[in-house]
Amino acid sequence: MNLVELSNAAASNLWSAIAPELLLACIALLLLVAEILLPKRHHAIIPDLAIAGIVGTLIGLFINWNSITLGTETFSGLLRHSEFGQMMRAFFLLAALLTCVLGRVSLAKQAMPRVEFYHIVLVVAAAMMLLAQSNHFVMLFVALETLTIGLYILVSYYRTNARSLEAGLKYLVMGALSSSLLLFGIVLLYGVAGNPALPGHTAESMNYAELARFLAANPHNTLASLGIVLVLSGVAFKIGAFPFQIWIPDVYQGAPTPVTAFLAVASKAAGFAVLLGLCGTNGAFAGYDWLVYPALTAMAAATIIFGNLAALTQHNVKRLIGLSGVSHAGFLLLGVIAIATPAVEPLARGAIYFYLFAYLLGSFAVFGVMTHLAGPDDTDQDLDHYAGLAKENPFLATVLAVGLGSLAGIPPLAGFMGKLFVFIAAFQAGARWLLLIAALGVVVSIYYYFGWIKAAFFETWTPPIESGSAPLRPARTPVGLAAGVALFVLALASIVLGFYPGPLGQWLTMR
Amino acid sequence: MSNLPFDPLLVAIATPLALALLIALGLPKRWSVRLAYVAFAVPMLLALHTWFYFAAAPAQSGYAFFTRYSTGLDGLGISLELGLNGISMPLFAMAGIVGFAAGLYAIQSQAERLKIYLMLLLIMQGGLMGVFASVDVFFLYFFHELALIPTFIMVGVWGGRDRSYAAMKMTIYLTLGAMVSLVGLIALYAKSGAHTFDLIELKRHLASQPLGEALQNNIFGLLLFGFGVLVSLWPLHTWAPLGYGAAPSSNAMLHAGVLKKFGLYGLIQVALPLLPAGHAHWAHSLAWLAAIGNVLIVGFIAIAQRDLKQMIGYSSVMHMGYAFLGLAAGSILGVGGVVMMMVAHGLSVALLFLLATSVHHRTQTFALDEMGGLATQAPVLAALFVAATFASIGLPGFANFWGELTIFIALWKFSALLTAIAVAGVIISAVYGLRAAAAVFFGPATERFAEVAAKHPPADLRWAERVPALVLLATLLFVGFWPRSISGPINAALTDRAAAPAAVAALPNVPLR
Repeated sequence: MNLVELSNAAASNLWSAIAPELLLACIALLLLVAEILLPKRHHAIIPDLAIAGIVGTLIGLFINWNSITLGTETFSGLLRHSEFGQMMRAFFLLAALLTCVLGRVSLAKQAMPRVEFYHIVLVVAAAMMLLAQSNHFVMLFVALETLTIGLYILVSYYRTNARSLEAGLKYLVMGALSSSLLLFGIVLLYGVAGNPALPGHTAESMNYAELARFLAANPHNTLASLGIVLVLSGVAFKIGAFPFQIWIPDVYQGAPTPVTAFLAVASKAAGFAVLLGLCGTNGAFAGYDWLVYPALTAMAAATIIFGNLAALTQHNVKRLIGLSGVSHAGFLLLGVIAIATPAVEPLARGAIYFYLFAYLLGSFAVFGVMTHLAGPDDTDQDLDHYAGLAKENPFLATVLAVGLGSLAGIPPLAGFMGKLFVFIAAFQAGARWLLLIAALGVVVSIYYYFGWIKAAFFETWTPPIESGSAPLRPARTPVGLAAGVALFVLALASIVLGFYPGPLGQWLTMR
Repeated sequence: MSNLPFDPLLVAIATPLALALLIALGLPKRWSVRLAYVAFAVPMLLALHTWFYFAAAPAQSGYAFFTRYSTGLDGLGISLELGLNGISMPLFAMAGIVGFAAGLYAIQSQAERLKIYLMLLLIMQGGLMGVFASVDVFFLYFFHELALIPTFIMVGVWGGRDRSYAAMKMTIYLTLGAMVSLVGLIALYAKSGAHTFDLIELKRHLASQPLGEALQNNIFGLLLFGFGVLVSLWPLHTWAPLGYGAAPSSNAMLHAGVLKKFGLYGLIQVALPLLPAGHAHWAHSLAWLAAIGNVLIVGFIAIAQRDLKQMIGYSSVMHMGYAFLGLAAGSILGVGGVVMMMVAHGLSVALLFLLATSVHHRTQTFALDEMGGLATQAPVLAALFVAATFASIGLPGFANFWGELTIFIALWKFSALLTAIAVAGVIISAVYGLRAAAAVFFGPATERFAEVAAKHPPADLRWAERVPALVLLATLLFVGFWPRSISGPINAALTDRAAAPAAVAALPNVPLR
């Protein structure tokens, strides 16, 4: 590489373009500094510092929404800035914010170091934001590993709990496997695209656009197909799609509840952000529609069926929501499949964004309630613990009902609109059978979502009969101000977006 | 146009919802109850207003009181469009009246946690008014679901025997129906090429370029299955008697009376005019299913019931069979008869559920074998119950008579054999209806009832129970003696529709094989 090229590369390093990520990383470091410098009695403000930092970043992001030229590439093509990227940045910031709010509630019940939790959440959020904007496989892999390693630690954060450690180990093994699959896929693609014997070979094959050009020139290359399948498998681990969903129940159960929420929402969304970059008419895999979409279709059908059926028998709510999250991955895949049809692509993309936001609102509402109901043993959260919730704490019960209703896709809640948009897109793209499977999946899902609501509303709690035994149910945590406001806003937003999908809806239909 | 300074339809939808929101935000109980009178009365008064001024109101594309509001989804062809045509106006009026009766009955019911009970009922009422006022198919579905959710909760929390199971079963069946019909509606939306859920626009579009026959058959099949589950088409009807048996009375009144009509309404307003070929394809299967399943089989099951509320539940399923038969006949007369029958059945089944609960208050049981001779203690209740039973059977003088009569006449042209089965159904409903009335009110008191009566001497209907019952009965008689008041608009709307090329009457009348 000569000097001119280097200076050209340096000129494209537009640091201001990644100001939100830099800011977030700085705040993360600042938290550690604050822990060292502040006297112990003031440590309680560190979580507030983290939350304030995220809110500040979010506000900054909204103010400078159009400051970088959308549609340009920076850092020699590592990153590509788009409206979608901005949207996902806001999404991950929101998810991190809510995770921190829940973390305050959950960590208060554990004798665990506090600051590192927020530090890692912020770093992981920054990595996710970069991931959503990556335009290059190296960037993709680095960002993905940063967030995965952060999550390894977070999953086993309650290290005195054997299940949390077990979950961490499982996530480590499975995560390493998925990373290696992904990496192997990337290497295959790199090698094949660099083969001078093939038409359209390129040295820059890690760049999405370059790779797409190469793949378009070699539409049926075996090695490239294998690479694509491996990359998709790696991503499927992240989104929890069948047959790579196997880690989900154990890890979701063992991880601390706020981390489970972060995994379920942000990590899944990160996987979809990657998928949206790879698929579609402008994606890296555009030339391999014949392979990608049948694979995704089969995956979506199996994911919806498996997720819903497996969730039916669950009693632990963390496993339950994990498996229901698997089925949500299936519904989202329905939207990804619709992207294959160019005429439907804008609608399908919009539908996925809307679905993701609705999923974020509904999921965090439910996880928020779960955090308040969890006892000292965070992994032991049974459906029975919800009996009588409506009488004892109508606020939490209402938030739970709204959140679950939204996840189940009951109108007039946001989740229904998300499903409707995805279904419309899928139908227009011609995925009729898949749509029918999805519709039946929704019916099945009613059973377990409704069973949960039933436990909270219709059943009454009877204390154990034999005296002297430990109480079967952990005490409920009173709702604090920050968490209360957050839960209220989440429930309200789920309802408002259902009645009036206005701003997000317009954004969805404009393009 | 009506001389109101506001949009009567939007206000009729918004008033109950607004009060429900206020209650959710912590309105004190005293005010909740007082305002509930207002919030249930406003939709009824506005519904009566629209009924009265319907003929005089200027129509836009066949819809009176038409207005349009944006919800930010214009790009997808979804917007809140409210309006009434000749088919929806009678149902809108019926929803208002039944809602008022159910609301009054609920207010005096002394239910536990009355505030929440009223809140859910108000949400239901708002949704119901919205269902029949919506011109946009999306909102038609949306308001139906909005009204459906309180049903599940009310059955689960305030329900009677087996409430948890009943609530779960209802939820799953009705979600199945709703999801399948949603897929059908999406298919219609996507395949019509109009890319709008606006019914007027869809009609216009499909009139000029109708869908292919196979496509119509498939979409109509989806809609028929989905809506059919919601209307308890045999053999997917089992949620209905169970659910109504467990539901608290006001909820059963609104669900059985009004909300269940959504499926029929969707078929009449959406499926029939847009998919005429699909209708022709499915008409015979539907007719036989309804005649054998809903009318005969369920009719016999209703005779076998020894539980008053279950019996009413099965009778309601059975009467839906007539509605399906009228739909299958498909002529202006048949469909008009179905709309008549929907209005009449809504009123009469609500009245029956109301009175059954009043009976329960006096006998402490729904078991027919443990009652008897209540007429001596409660003559007004007995008189009203017998009148409601007569209405339900379809005796002349009540609105039900006109609905059933027109359906039978229309059905005769479609198939004489089916007409014979349907008329036999009237005898069946007379058997179970009159037997039940006799078992409750006449003859000597059973031992069990004598014991109960000795402990709590049964009083006659209180005014708080009488008023809602009389409102319903008066409407039944009013329509019974002056059917033109609703048949006029219905006929006009259906004739208009028939004049269009893609219409019901343009169907070939397939002879019976």
